[in-house]
Amino acid sequence: MFSKILIANRGEIALRIIRACREMGIQCVCIYSDADRGAPYLDLADQAICIGPAPSAKSYLDISRIMSAAEIADVDAIHPGYGFLSENAHFAEVCRSSGISFIGPSPEAIRLLGNKASAREVAGRVGVPMLPGVKDCVESEEQAVEIANGIGYPVIVKAAAGGGGRGMRVAHNEIALVQGYLQARSEAAIAFKDDSVYVEKYLERPRHVEIQMIVDQHGSYVYCGERDCSLQRRHQKLVEEAPSPIMTPDLRKRMGDAALTLAKAAKYTTAGTCEFLVDAKNNFYFMEVNTRIQVEHPVSELVTRTDLIRAQIMAAAGERLPFTQADVEVRGHAIECRINAEDPDNDFRPCPGKITRVFIPGGPGVRWDSHIEAGYTIPPTYDSMVGKLLVFAPDRMQAITRMKRALTELRIEGVKTTTPLHLRIMNDKRFIDGTVHTSYIEKELLGK
Amino acid sequence: MDLDEINRLIELMNKNDLLEVELVEDAKKIRLKKKYDGGMRMMPAMTAPMVASSGQPVQGTATSQPAAQPAGTIAIKSPMVGTFYRAANPEAAHYVEEGDTVGKDTTVCMIEAMKVFNEIKAEMDGVIAAILVENGQSVEYGQPLFLVKPS
Repeated sequence: MFSKILIANRGEIALRIIRACREMGIQCVCIYSDADRGAPYLDLADQAICIGPAPSAKSYLDISRIMSAAEIADVDAIHPGYGFLSENAHFAEVCRSSGISFIGPSPEAIRLLGNKASAREVAGRVGVPMLPGVKDCVESEEQAVEIANGIGYPVIVKAAAGGGGRGMRVAHNEIALVQGYLQARSEAAIAFKDDSVYVEKYLERPRHVEIQMIVDQHGSYVYCGERDCSLQRRHQKLVEEAPSPIMTPDLRKRMGDAALTLAKAAKYTTAGTCEFLVDAKNNFYFMEVNTRIQVEHPVSELVTRTDLIRAQIMAAAGERLPFTQADVEVRGHAIECRINAEDPDNDFRPCPGKITRVFIPGGPGVRWDSHIEAGYTIPPTYDSMVGKLLVFAPDRMQAITRMKRALTELRIEGVKTTTPLHLRIMNDKRFIDGTVHTSYIEKELLGK
Repeated sequence: MDLDEINRLIELMNKNDLLEVELVEDAKKIRLKKKYDGGMRMMPAMTAPMVASSGQPVQGTATSQPAAQPAGTIAIKSPMVGTFYRAANPEAAHYVEEGDTVGKDTTVCMIEAMKVFNEIKAEMDGVIAAILVENGQSVEYGQPLFLVKPS
């Protein structure tokens, strides 16, 4: 097992990793930028090293500064958290050549599954269901139209190097397709410096259901159930829950097996998530793999009673997973609300600033994963998430009731937060009925 | 105000991590100011000593007590994470000593990271008033290395 881990991240996930290290008896060192000086979680690590100024490019994204800190702190492993360098194959390689374990998959697995086009290629090869479409990049409007006629409208043109909802255009007919194809290519060229696009079938009102995978280096592949993340705004998840309201044991097994088949083909290890879209008939289609631990991992932890960060660290250290597939049983229901310092009445404008008062919800089945405290100033340089509020209850209705209670108890003053929006969602009839889809928030709840 | 009260104040300062406290009571006023203590925070009980190039364990900056920052001095802060050296190599003379005059391009120290040695410049005109870190000590970004009395 590792004796000392460097946490190459910040905020709530840095705190989450510190917690796992503490419970495992592993020393941990946290790097931080000028903007995070004085952050309360830094005191909870064994060591904290300032590596640079506020801008991420000179701190949390700066490989040489991070490796310098790893060197002087004499660590044997680095945990990249999520975001930042967590899916950067080059960083994983630098760790490997420095003799430091990267707590994540190999650089080869990151490259293979991290790129959408190559992941789709692998998925196609091993028979993982995908949306009808052509994996190869489209070179002309004529080709796009030919593909669309083959798979049937509506279709979506998507940037191969893309993410975050950019470089995508939906088309319901040929005219829209030609226009959308040209727009997507130019947007992709600007946003990702790579204008390659492909065309696939577009699902109307799909659900986003993802499978949590955890794999060790002894050939043990396990999925820890699914998470339904259909409630999104601008492709950013707002609420996640497990189990998915549309799930059946048979569908879960088929999706879990598909995810693990893909993982095996890529020799994937440690933690990862396989994302799928599910249509109204419960057909599932592979979307992409996130080759890291995710923000919403606690949702799975709650319904399967596992500690995923612990399992991830064990797997990276070459130890066997502390549970088998047979041990993983999805019981009860968990919901997570991502609390962001954004103004829901003003187009979700980020509200960095000083938090003047905090009251944390508690009681049965409530979990709060956050680094904030009263007096903490949210730096403007990073993302706006201030905390994850989770509930666990015996069934979905009780979980919703519990989340309403917890949201009502939560007080974060000094900045605006998205707490009121979450209360609206918890009281929303369609959410309660379990009939939402990925555009529901933007088109229907907020559109009202 | 007696010694007991002053001791209690010092205790309170330490407990609450305060650098400076001023207490006014009727006509009496007392001001307590801690010595400047920059650098990495470590919990001494859990820290493994870092071995400097000379082979002597260096207990990091938590125990070093650099001189309090007198008025009129500016700190030269580390622009990077790494190991601080006073000279280009163990046989060479120190780049600077206390009392030396420095200019913008004067090399004041070397910081090594990942086997790359970086010469750090004073970037100001003045006189070295204090050297805040020891040879072979690990330093972090923004850590004060020298105090300079600007000219």
